[in-house]
Amino acid sequence: MPEPVASQQNSRETVTFYLLGFIFLIVLPLLNVMPSEDSWLHVSDFRLNQFGKFLAFAVLALGLDLIWGYCGVLSLGQGVFFGFGAYCMGMYLSLQIGKESVYGSELPDFMVWTQVKELPLFWYPFKSFIGGFFGAMLVPMLFAAIFGFLAFRSRIKGVYFAIITQALAFAAWLVFNRNETRLGGTNGLTDFKQLLGFRLSDPSTQRGLYILTVLALASSYMLCRWIVASRAGKVLIAIRDSESRVTFSGYTPWMYKLFVFVVAAGLAGLSGMLYVPQVGIITPAQIGVLPSLEVVIWVAVGGRGTLIGAILGAVAVNYGRSVLTNYFPEAWPFILGGLFVVVVTMFPDGLVGMIRKLSERKKTHTPLIKAEGSTAA
Amino acid sequence: MTDRDLILNCENVVVDYDGFKALNNCNFSVYYNELRVVIGPNGAGKTTLLDVICGKTKPTSGKVVFGKGINLVGKNAEDIAKLGVGRKFQAPSVYSNLSVWQNLDLSVKRASKGVFPTLMGRSSPAERERIDEVLKTIGLSDHAHDRAGSMSHGQKQWLEIGMVILQDPSLLLVDEPVAGMSDKETEQTGRLLTALSEKQAIVVIEHDMDFVRQIARIVTVLAEGTVICEGTVETVQANDRVREIYLGRAKVAH
Repeated sequence: MPEPVASQQNSRETVTFYLLGFIFLIVLPLLNVMPSEDSWLHVSDFRLNQFGKFLAFAVLALGLDLIWGYCGVLSLGQGVFFGFGAYCMGMYLSLQIGKESVYGSELPDFMVWTQVKELPLFWYPFKSFIGGFFGAMLVPMLFAAIFGFLAFRSRIKGVYFAIITQALAFAAWLVFNRNETRLGGTNGLTDFKQLLGFRLSDPSTQRGLYILTVLALASSYMLCRWIVASRAGKVLIAIRDSESRVTFSGYTPWMYKLFVFVVAAGLAGLSGMLYVPQVGIITPAQIGVLPSLEVVIWVAVGGRGTLIGAILGAVAVNYGRSVLTNYFPEAWPFILGGLFVVVVTMFPDGLVGMIRKLSERKKTHTPLIKAEGSTAA
Repeated sequence: MTDRDLILNCENVVVDYDGFKALNNCNFSVYYNELRVVIGPNGAGKTTLLDVICGKTKPTSGKVVFGKGINLVGKNAEDIAKLGVGRKFQAPSVYSNLSVWQNLDLSVKRASKGVFPTLMGRSSPAERERIDEVLKTIGLSDHAHDRAGSMSHGQKQWLEIGMVILQDPSLLLVDEPVAGMSDKETEQTGRLLTALSEKQAIVVIEHDMDFVRQIARIVTVLAEGTVICEGTVETVQANDRVREIYLGRAKVAH
């Protein structure tokens, strides 16, 4: 049966989706290639690459929106899953450096200077692209499945879940920082040269990666949209609204939470995998407590509970950061924190909520999310 | 009533909260297609009794037998719901951010409520028809696509009753359905419950004595965790212990 209000919002979201798709997939790459470099229309290689990074982050934000925005489960550990994805791809890229490395060894540089003589066993699958590609999504999903099973089955909810995921982020940061983990310690993995034979320093490779990122983001969005539109998507919202009622309707809430948690982890891994070749480095600093918290801010700013909001939030906040850190590098954490406070207290529906409000000024406004029950915020 | 078999039989149920016995050797049984009203002063254990039946609270000891000899003690709430026990909570508990129609659709009894069948599931024409029918029964046909959170208190209560009906329960547990309702809404709720009791057994907890008189055939009086009297409204009101323990305490309800 059609849903008048919701379908109106859905069609508007579809229009936005196609519009953004057109801009990011066609307009930006064309402006990168076509106009001469001194034209004001020209999008530099640097800018395009930067947007590629933002759009990779948007995939990460989509995952968090699914579990937090729709299901009401706040995870402060998405950075960990992002890190797993990024490191898996990073390991593959490190092994592709080969003889081009500083020490001319087949082993990655950090292994040479930490006196690792042989490639550790867990590095072997990442000799092939297939290993790196699937590992980047399957490792975070498997980890999320185990962690989520233990947490959700024991009915850990709300603030408690948020706290243990934050502890997870901290623990992962500590583990990845250690040289004994054989993942490059604090310096992480970097100095990548090539991906499937394409030189990463070549602008056309970066353009290709950018386009792949847009396509990956579009597919992730459609996957999330499909989940949210299904009856299971309604169960997610129902869990957020009244978990006990869901139980008494015969559903098992923890299985649904586990499902979206695993999907979100897969998206985070995909995001990390896209991030690494475009940025060229992955370090533990990217996967700890703070990066995990930032994802929450992107989604809150964009508008939780709307998928397009997660994308908008990730791009807008990161773009804002790149601009503002030029002028006030020290002030950025305060700006970010302030932004979060303002959004949460004054615009709980984020950017999408504001846009909706403006376009529906004459109609009565129904909030996307009414704070009810135990939704952890 | 022709069917004199028990759909529910609670035997010597004890719920002990660190020495405080919320239910103390409570024996309570309900017949098929019966509309039973449970009354009792605050703290008598009425809600606890429903919690035990639907699996929300585990009893310290005792037996709860449902239908053809199924012991409900030790089963979890989802499984008890699937067996056919529906629960309507005291405070309206609906999914505020879904539409009325979606609220009902989620509640429809289905073969599997696992993640993947639900992800692929589409409502069949028969299910849609059934939902429309229930919408009519609970008087919310015009609000099918409104956000459930925007409904009035009374409408939310009916919506939740509708959600429970769609689970096709053979036993419906209803906790104070008319609290906070206007007189007109109360009367409509009474008619709704009476109509429903033709198809399924219903246990209603209620404080409102006018409402009890409207719907009740047999009333069970609970006090201090145990049943002290059972019978028609008149019998119960004439009972000395009931007057002493319950009705006589504040004001006699007439």
